[in-house]
Amino acid sequence: MVLGTYKEAVSARSTDSKILDVSQDGGIVSALLCYALDEGIIEGAVVAGTPDEDWRPIPTVVTSADEVIAAAGTKYSMSPTLSALKEATRQYGLEKVGVVSTPCQTQGLRKAQAYPFTRFVADKIKLIIGIYCMENFPMASLDTFATAKLGFDSLQDASKMDIGKGKFWLTKDGEDSGLAIKETHGYEQAGCNICMDYVAEWADVSTGSVGSPDGWSTVLTRTGDGETVFKAAVDAGLIETKPMDEVKPGLPLLEKLAKGKKDKNGKERDKRAKMGLPLPVEY
Amino acid sequence: MFDKLKKAFGGAEEAKAPKAEKKVEAAPAETKAPAEEPKAASAKPRIGYIHLSGCTGDAMSLTENYDILSTVLTDMVDIVYGQTLVDKWVHGTFAEEMPEMDLCLIEGSVCLQDDHSVQELLMAREKSGLICAFGSCAMTGCFTTFARGGQQAQPKHESFAPISQLVKVDCALPGCPVAPEMIAKVVVALCNGDMEYLQPAIDKAACNAGCGCDVLTNIIRNGLCSGCGTCALACPTRAMGFSEGRPSCDRDRCIKCGSCYAMCPRAWLPIKRIKEETGL
Repeated sequence: MVLGTYKEAVSARSTDSKILDVSQDGGIVSALLCYALDEGIIEGAVVAGTPDEDWRPIPTVVTSADEVIAAAGTKYSMSPTLSALKEATRQYGLEKVGVVSTPCQTQGLRKAQAYPFTRFVADKIKLIIGIYCMENFPMASLDTFATAKLGFDSLQDASKMDIGKGKFWLTKDGEDSGLAIKETHGYEQAGCNICMDYVAEWADVSTGSVGSPDGWSTVLTRTGDGETVFKAAVDAGLIETKPMDEVKPGLPLLEKLAKGKKDKNGKERDKRAKMGLPLPVEY
Repeated sequence: MFDKLKKAFGGAEEAKAPKAEKKVEAAPAETKAPAEEPKAASAKPRIGYIHLSGCTGDAMSLTENYDILSTVLTDMVDIVYGQTLVDKWVHGTFAEEMPEMDLCLIEGSVCLQDDHSVQELLMAREKSGLICAFGSCAMTGCFTTFARGGQQAQPKHESFAPISQLVKVDCALPGCPVAPEMIAKVVVALCNGDMEYLQPAIDKAACNAGCGCDVLTNIIRNGLCSGCGTCALACPTRAMGFSEGRPSCDRDRCIKCGSCYAMCPRAWLPIKRIKEETGL
């Protein structure tokens, strides 16, 4: 299964204009976090925020809808988000924590649950919202895209950053500039090249833009917990949905990209193994 | 179940490089009682707990499993040796004899200048089917690595070594201290003979060092790091910071427990177990 195990795939969007104003796509991550916080399913969450609004992601603990909305939007550089779990459980004393995680972070979380080497943290993770991820960029790569490739004076001139329709987009003064995705190749971090997971296959619920129209997100509910929270948020009127087979481009595109990542990075794994380089030991 | 475990552990012995002098190996099979047939009464594994040079944190972690502890102690295992847990240990005179054990958990590093510690460890190896380095001090030396001696009441005590320096270890559990939940899961796996769950701990048996640098040399330097932050979550002293999306160890804070590298999903990943636990 190229998308991992999932119960249901739908196209979805937040119904809250405050969320849609700041969200990357359909605002599903923010809507789910706000709902889970409101209902006491979680007491807080660890996310990638940009407190300095300089595109540099900083692991952040959020405990209110305002803080969720302040941290909304995709960051395209590395955020050691899981490090903030310690802050969330120790300083904040949270007993029920949500996490917004990339596929690699989801693997770290699930490993921490299966082998809880760190005392009294893994048992407090109550909701894992996975985000689709092809690769991640060092800040210097983002600087290169902005200045050397798109002619910006500085990355800081960009008001929005996005990847979609085959391009890496920066918005400046309301105008979008696109860079062909193949121009970004070779600028991603090396650790991404061996990752076989595009759609956060081990999350409770996974989401991302691919497969849905502009302003909407494709949601995969995976675990019972993920399904329950998502359905409850829909029932509460916080999220609206459309069946996947009624939207364009639909699930086939998501499957194509997920398989593409597995094929490409599977080859990189083979190549590294042939050179005698280590890969993660799998049990 | 312990026969099954012993067989599995035995199979891995050959991999060890020969040392100057052969280390004391596991107790010979004959001494393992005539109880080949699993009998309800005698089938309870005999557990020992030896406290060498450590802070007792691992023993405290063990006892933090209040909810399962009484069942474990009454129905599942017999603790036959241990100063803290059953007030039975070989004193300095060695007048008392160490009993046979199926599994001996060893907390703390071994002080090479302390003859009693050395003797107790060597004796435990002879008397035990399996030896588990229980916690980072026993596994990597952890913060006792920084000992320099010159202190009362034993100024000569300066070398605190991971126990694999002196005896063959069968499995190792890192942690400063080992997390209570981790201990509970290992106990359950042991009692069920769940070798798959224990395999990562078995593969780490010969480990004798740990450091925040491990993520640098084994993960970043091999192009494996994704910057996820698990290592910083694992670190008990917050020695692990981040720079350019990569862990950066503050060596003044690092206590060499090895938790960061043990937790890293790019070091090893229990795929099968995760799928079982999550149903994904």
